[in-house]
Amino acid sequence: MYVAVKGGERAIDNAHALLAKKRRGATDIPELTVDQVREQMPFAVSRVMSEGSLYDPQLAALAIKQAAGDLMEAIFLLRAYRTTLPRFASSMPIDTSAMQLSRRISATFKDLPGGQLLGPTYDYTHRLLDFALLAEGEQPGPEIDPQAAIEKCPRVLDFLVDEGLMSRDGDSSAAVPDITREPLEFPANRAQRLQALARGDEGFLLALSYSTQRGYGRNHPFAGEIRIGELEVWIEPEELDFAVPLGDIEVTECEMVNQFIGGKGIEAQFTRGYGLAFGYAERKAMGMALVDRALRAEEFGEEVQGPAQQEEFVLAHCDNVEAAGFVSHLKLPHYVDFQSELELIRKLRAQPGSQQEQTP
Amino acid sequence: MHSDPNVAKRQHWMGVLARAAQQLQPYADALKDAQYSHIRHPEIGMTLVRGRIGGTGEAFNLGEMSVTRCVVRLEDGRIGFSYVSGRDKQHAELAALADAHLQGSQQQHWLRELIEPLAAQQQAGKAAQAAETATTQVEFFTLVRGED
Repeated sequence: MYVAVKGGERAIDNAHALLAKKRRGATDIPELTVDQVREQMPFAVSRVMSEGSLYDPQLAALAIKQAAGDLMEAIFLLRAYRTTLPRFASSMPIDTSAMQLSRRISATFKDLPGGQLLGPTYDYTHRLLDFALLAEGEQPGPEIDPQAAIEKCPRVLDFLVDEGLMSRDGDSSAAVPDITREPLEFPANRAQRLQALARGDEGFLLALSYSTQRGYGRNHPFAGEIRIGELEVWIEPEELDFAVPLGDIEVTECEMVNQFIGGKGIEAQFTRGYGLAFGYAERKAMGMALVDRALRAEEFGEEVQGPAQQEEFVLAHCDNVEAAGFVSHLKLPHYVDFQSELELIRKLRAQPGSQQEQTP
Repeated sequence: MHSDPNVAKRQHWMGVLARAAQQLQPYADALKDAQYSHIRHPEIGMTLVRGRIGGTGEAFNLGEMSVTRCVVRLEDGRIGFSYVSGRDKQHAELAALADAHLQGSQQQHWLRELIEPLAAQQQAGKAAQAAETATTQVEFFTLVRGED
């Protein structure tokens, strides 16, 4: 347990001033602008928006600048800001089928209507440092046929659903649970789990999904479809009797096709896991989809063998703001607590013959 | 889109205005060239964005997005609304003013002068982006595996 302390104001002020100086770095180098961060670090901005749980590229970029590139600190800043704003409404569910695609791939079908659209990707790069970037330069992009258009891209998993090889996720008109307003209780339902995972730490979800691939709760996944693009968000304002579009946001969606279930009167069919994230965040969406599927173990009567399948373990530890907060609190003064432990250990050692008694 | 064509038309222009952001700036003088009052001053808040499980299933909460809203009343009683993504109060006010103007007798004028050019610009931007993406369409060839 930590205790309250007083004093130290001057040292704290100076420490913050020193942090600001460290953030600025050498002053003979031009200062980074928020616009530069927003435009030139889109993946960092995406991550901060997803895990900060607020879609606002400008504020995410500001948070990254203020946090001097510490993304978890930036996520914390955005979360804190988010609590100061009123919520006007909940949106109508976004329609990811109507996305203006900038990327769409499937690892399950080579030839599919609309085709595979790689978009801007690090896939197929050689991961060699590009020393040309040490100098400033224009990046003109590929040569473009201005008339070229994207064909209609139907949902890949619908092919399997139409063939009866997979069930469609049902649409119920039940009230949508909100874990930011009503605390999470276990067992949770899938909507609650997905909300928690959407805000969850990318590294944590990635590691858990990797653990399922290594045998701690296998679910035999295929990346059925990944789509990245912009879509319009609509709300139904109280004061108007029709829905209104707010503008576009970028999202990443991942649909996993997983090992099949069947028997006991059910025909064999594939199962599915779902991931959705703000911005261009492919790794996050994939990790989320794998963990979503892992957490459905009980629903499909699978034996729970790995941490990724344990709902309470995953959901209680996936939020990096909570995790960082609780780990960081160890830095707060624990002087009283520690003093009592210190006294105890000294007392134990002072007892005659203590070494024999204490050594098992 | 609404089944009533008049409402659908309004939804269309509200969408164009919501996306316009800085593009509305050149029209600011024209839009403000009227007597108007605020029913709701530009106000920053959030909308909770919802997705669907599996893309088409049950709704779940993805996260919030920042939104600015505003309501204005013109002298003749017409009321304009705006809900726009982001935190630009000026944008929200201009969008609400435009919504009010577009409901009046000058609708054709505002559609021609404001909405159509903005919609064309936005459409061109989307087409350019689609053309870029189209350059990355691949044809994968499966190689014969040495199994048989």
